[in-house]
This record gives sequence, structure tokens and C-alpha cells, in this order.
Amino acid sequence: MSDHATALMRTPLYEFHIAQGAKMVPFAGYEMPVQYPMGVMKEHLHTRAGAGLFDVSHMGQVMLSSPEGFEALALALECIVPVDVLGLAPGRQRYGIFTDETGGILDDLMISNTGDGLFLVVNAACKVEDIAHLNATLPDHVTVTEITDRALLALQGPMAEAALARLVPQVTELKFMDSVRITIDHVEWWISRSGYTGEDGFEISIPAALATDVAEKLVAMEEVEPIGLGARDSLRLEAGLCLYGHDIDTTTSPVEGNIAWAIQKVRRSGGAREGGFPGADRILSELHNGAERKRVGLLPQGRAPMREGTPLFATAESDDQIGEITSGGFGPSAQCPVAMGYLPTELATNGTEIFAELRGKRLPVTVAPMPFHATSYKR
Amino acid sequence: MAADIKFTEEHEWLRVEDDLIVVGITEHAAEQLGDVVFIELPEEGTTVSKDDEVVVIESVKAASDILAPLDGEIVEVNDPLTEDPGKVGEDPMGDAWFFKMKIEDLSALDDFMSEAEYKDFIS
Repeated sequence: MSDHATALMRTPLYEFHIAQGAKMVPFAGYEMPVQYPMGVMKEHLHTRAGAGLFDVSHMGQVMLSSPEGFEALALALECIVPVDVLGLAPGRQRYGIFTDETGGILDDLMISNTGDGLFLVVNAACKVEDIAHLNATLPDHVTVTEITDRALLALQGPMAEAALARLVPQVTELKFMDSVRITIDHVEWWISRSGYTGEDGFEISIPAALATDVAEKLVAMEEVEPIGLGARDSLRLEAGLCLYGHDIDTTTSPVEGNIAWAIQKVRRSGGAREGGFPGADRILSELHNGAERKRVGLLPQGRAPMREGTPLFATAESDDQIGEITSGGFGPSAQCPVAMGYLPTELATNGTEIFAELRGKRLPVTVAPMPFHATSYKR
Repeated sequence: MAADIKFTEEHEWLRVEDDLIVVGITEHAAEQLGDVVFIELPEEGTTVSKDDEVVVIESVKAASDILAPLDGEIVEVNDPLTEDPGKVGEDPMGDAWFFKMKIEDLSALDDFMSEAEYKDFIS
């Protein structure tokens, strides 16, 4: 992703990362912390045991609003997102995807009903294209505003609630996927009870000028440590969550990507607002008939981690590749290698043994349910 | 040990022991790798050429290859290390050696860096 001809951007927390001893790397055009002195393994385990603070300010924050009201706004977004936006209650958030005409996925995102509009959080690597797509496809009455003056933090883990409640007591009342605006001392905190680690936790949008102060207050707490992108990746992998550009992209449909759960009944065949999004023909057909391949969890039987791009075969001898690993590595909480990848649907059942080719050797891999580590969302 | 230990630009250390050379990775390399979770060692008796990939070492985040520093034969590998790969982070210059190899001529080691030269190299 990094383009060396272009200067890397920095988030409002850049100086904080340096002060915390982070190792910075280029990621999606930004200089981001890949790890802190604690290291990826301990950062991962700390997030599952205490609370981890992540800087996700590189992600795109976008507000959609319309003078025509919420219904018109929601229906407009439903034309490019195959989820039930209209049914999203004020103060609630849900996962969504932008689809293209071929039924592929342009990006995945979070959508919140803020009461006066829709707040979207999109992937850093896709945000420029996503905003162009929103501007090009939404009707004229919708205003698309990229929020560039707010930082986005994630506080994740079983102690995240106790830690954040010291700054924002109201967060104890939030449930998984609530998304609210809370004003304290004239500062608006946009907080959702969500994240991308499989743990209970929060995503926190705050004015950029306050980001360092809030981050410093949080890491000063006994249970909070700063966590880099390395552990963010191993945490989301163990949680079975897709990484856009790796596990899903324009060549994978939502049914193939095993995220059909994101498409509510009302948008499916027979629903009140069936179809009406890019690629609906293919996606509705696959929802009914199944797809030819599917993203599954994979557990390598040995100790060798299997990374993205590792080819998969039906047997130890067969010549024809049947799929490949799209994300994989060592799971610090699972304490074994974990992976996900695509397989023909007939082989995509838990317990099926297939083979991966690693450094010229065929090694057995078992199709396994995800997540690899139990989630702890507060529903 | 400072005198008979040599360093490669690939961040390996080479130490002469009973006419064999013992090979491992430096503290600096171990620090860069982070928590090591998997190690695959070559088979004893393998003949290798300089720059052959002989050891696979994986941290949580990434895989790296360790290259043979010279032509020779792998005569012994540190098997217990594959059961406890985290040791690479704890004692890279000692217990966490990878393999011992036999080379034609020990004077080939003279081409590698001394400890002082390696310190300059990484700074």
C-alpha cells in the first residue's frame, strides 16, 4: 500500500506513539505503530486480559446527512449497501459492505444512526475511493462530509469498560453495537460499544486536539496498554473477522466471504426492500442457492503458521489447487497457528481435512469453526 | 567468547567449537523479530551451499529465513529449540543456537565481521 513517492501521513497520536516507544511502519499511507516495546505477543494477550488502546485514526470517518430526513437518507444508502439501514434505530450501529455491479465487495464499514444522520467508519486503505463512491452514487439531497478533525481510538478488552468509565461514566450503560454521542465539558465524544478484536470494548471518536490527552490518561491507568497493528491483526484473526483487501475484496461476494449474515431478511428475496443494490442479481441468487466457494476457518495441524497466499489442496498428492489462505499466523490466545481461506463449498464443512503446501511440503489442515477464541461482546 | 565469534550481514553469529561452527541469530535480530513462535531446522547430514535457506523462523507477525553462511554440511541441529521457540528471544547468543556445520576451511570465517565491526554495522 505504501507509496514511497508520497509523504506518509500522521495521525493526531503520532507524538504519543513515539513517546510510548512504538515501532512505526507505513500502513495505508500513514505512519502507524506496528508494536510497542511490550511486543506483539504480550500486547495481544494483554488486550484479552486487561484493556488495549489502539489508534485507528487512519480509518475514514464520514457523516451523511439530508434535509429530507432519516428515511430518505437511509433509503439512499441502501442503494449501495445491501443491509437494513432504514431499520437501524437511533443510537445503534451495524456492520455493512459496499458492493459492486459484479457482486464483489468494495469495502466493509460500520454504519451508525446518530439521530441526525448516518456516521460511517470505513477502512483507511479504501477511504478515498469510498468517499468518491458515496459522492458519485448518492442523490443530491445527501451531503457527504469526511470528518478530518477527529481522532478515532479503540479501547478493547474485558477491562475497557472500567477504564473508559473513569473518563465517561455513561459508557457502562451501553450494549454491544450501541453508538452514542456524549457531551462532557462541552466536548462531544462519539462512542460505540464495538471494535475488531472479538473483545468487549469501545471505539471512541474525539476532537483531534484532545486525542493525546485522552490517550495519555488511558495508558496511565493500570489496566491499559497501547497496542499496535501487529496485535490488532492477530486479535481480529482469532476473532474470525475479515480484513478487507485480504479475506474479502472485489473478487469475493458476501456469500463467498461468509458474511451473508450482514444482509438482513428485508433486503433478501421476498423481503420488503429486496435487492436494489449493486450486484443484487448475483448476491440474491447466491443467498438462495449457495456460492461455489466459501471463506472458512482453518487450523493447521502442526505448529507451522500458514500465511496469506499459502495454496490449498484436497489431498497430499493432488495437483489441482482448490483454494488459498487469505489470512493466517500464530494465534497467541489459541496458542496454535490459525488461518482463514477459501475452499470449494463441498469441502467447506467443519472437520474436513485438506492440505496446504508450505515450503514444498503438503501439511494437513482442518476446516474449523470461527472464532478461534470465544468473543466476549456485552450484548 | 568475543575473540572467536563472527557476525554476518544477515545478523547471524558464527562460533567455532570443536572444529565445527555453531550458528545462531544475534540479539539485535531476535529483538527485531519479536516473539518467535515456530522454528524449522534442517535435517542433520544435509549438505548446504552458502545462502541456501536452512532455517525457517516465524514470529507472531512474519516469517523469516536463515541462510547458510557458508558451503558445508549440517552435522547437528538444536532440536529442543523447536519445542521452545520462545527461547530465541531469551537467549539468542547461547542456548538458542540453531545448528552446527562442518566447513572445508575454518579460515573462511575471517571474511566475517568481528563483534566490534558488527556493532558498527547495526548502529
